Amino acid sequence: MKHWQMIIAAVVVGTCARLIMLKIDYRQYPGYPHGYIIHLTLGFIAAALGGLVIPALIEESYVAVTFLALAAQQFRAVREAERDFLQELEKTELVKRGQAYIEGISKVFEARNYLAMITSFITTLGYYVFDLLDYALVFRLVGALSSGILVAYLLHILMSEKTIGDIAEVEVVELEFCGPENKNIAVENVVIMNLGLNESLEKWKKYGLGIVIAPKDDNSRATLANVGQRQAIIHDVTTQLGVQLDLGVQDYTPLARLNLNTGRVYIIVIPIEKDASCIKEAVNNTPVLEGVKRRPLASKVGQEAAD
Amino acid sequence: MDINNYILAIVTTNEDKDKIANGSTPVFYADEQEELEYIAQLISRLTMSMVHDLGNGVYILIKH
Repeated sequence: MKHWQMIIAAVVVGTCARLIMLKIDYRQYPGYPHGYIIHLTLGFIAAALGGLVIPALIEESYVAVTFLALAAQQFRAVREAERDFLQELEKTELVKRGQAYIEGISKVFEARNYLAMITSFITTLGYYVFDLLDYALVFRLVGALSSGILVAYLLHILMSEKTIGDIAEVEVVELEFCGPENKNIAVENVVIMNLGLNESLEKWKKYGLGIVIAPKDDNSRATLANVGQRQAIIHDVTTQLGVQLDLGVQDYTPLARLNLNTGRVYIIVIPIEKDASCIKEAVNNTPVLEGVKRRPLASKVGQEAAD
Repeated sequence: MDINNYILAIVTTNEDKDKIANGSTPVFYADEQEELEYIAQLISRLTMSMVHDLGNGVYILIKH
């Protein structure tokens, strides 16, 4: 065990990085205690694998590095497991997460194991560099830790997703009722739902709210038009503010519709807590899903068409 | 199996009987508005479908 200081430092930093990432983003996390164990253990394994690369190279056992391929395989399985889990849960959700959100979450889970791996790899590298410079053990450890923490921090910043607040302006408005006997619910003249029952209509009139999400540019307009992205917003709002909904009372289902002329998204919902500023906050903090992000302005055609 | 976006049932009053031609969809007739509301609501709860008002006194139930 020639390199044990190096390896232990790497494993500790890598596992800690994974632990912090578990805590940073509560919405990406289903929040069950066994989940913590699963992901911490996998983070530990990832960190151990990342930490073994440099020692293996020092010992000139180059073939040993192929175990990284095994790691990649392993972590792809994490993504599948997480996806399956959320899809099974989806059947029991009153307000669905939506396929796009589930894909996004499971991808993040896979990626975070790689982040733990990279962090511990850089930690060993830091240790090795200080070792080459003939520093004492304490300095080598400090060097290793600081390089690991620096990398973990940089990766965290690089990996942070945009949120709806970055790409759009959010507003909470009162619902409008139009049509014969005022039975159509609308926001800014866009009809979103038709209600047959007076009882439901009263409920919407009393407790219902409208949310207007105005895209800042054509890129965000295309992103917000995605059905999965809209469902993710609804899911995030209803998990945080609650929703008055049950099986059999479909009339209170929150819905999101698009204004085709302007690209503005309208959401109607009956929250349990009718607090406009909190709802705004919840929408603003919804992540922009990686898979649905569109950037028409980045292409030449899109750029010219937008003029 | 779910049958989505398909008219499951039609509820209307005897008064508006003529507005519906015969078809494959079951039609329920109510004597007055209150009964209509009640029937529509009950079928909606039982079939997990939603009641829509066509605006001419005819209510349709659709599962979304």
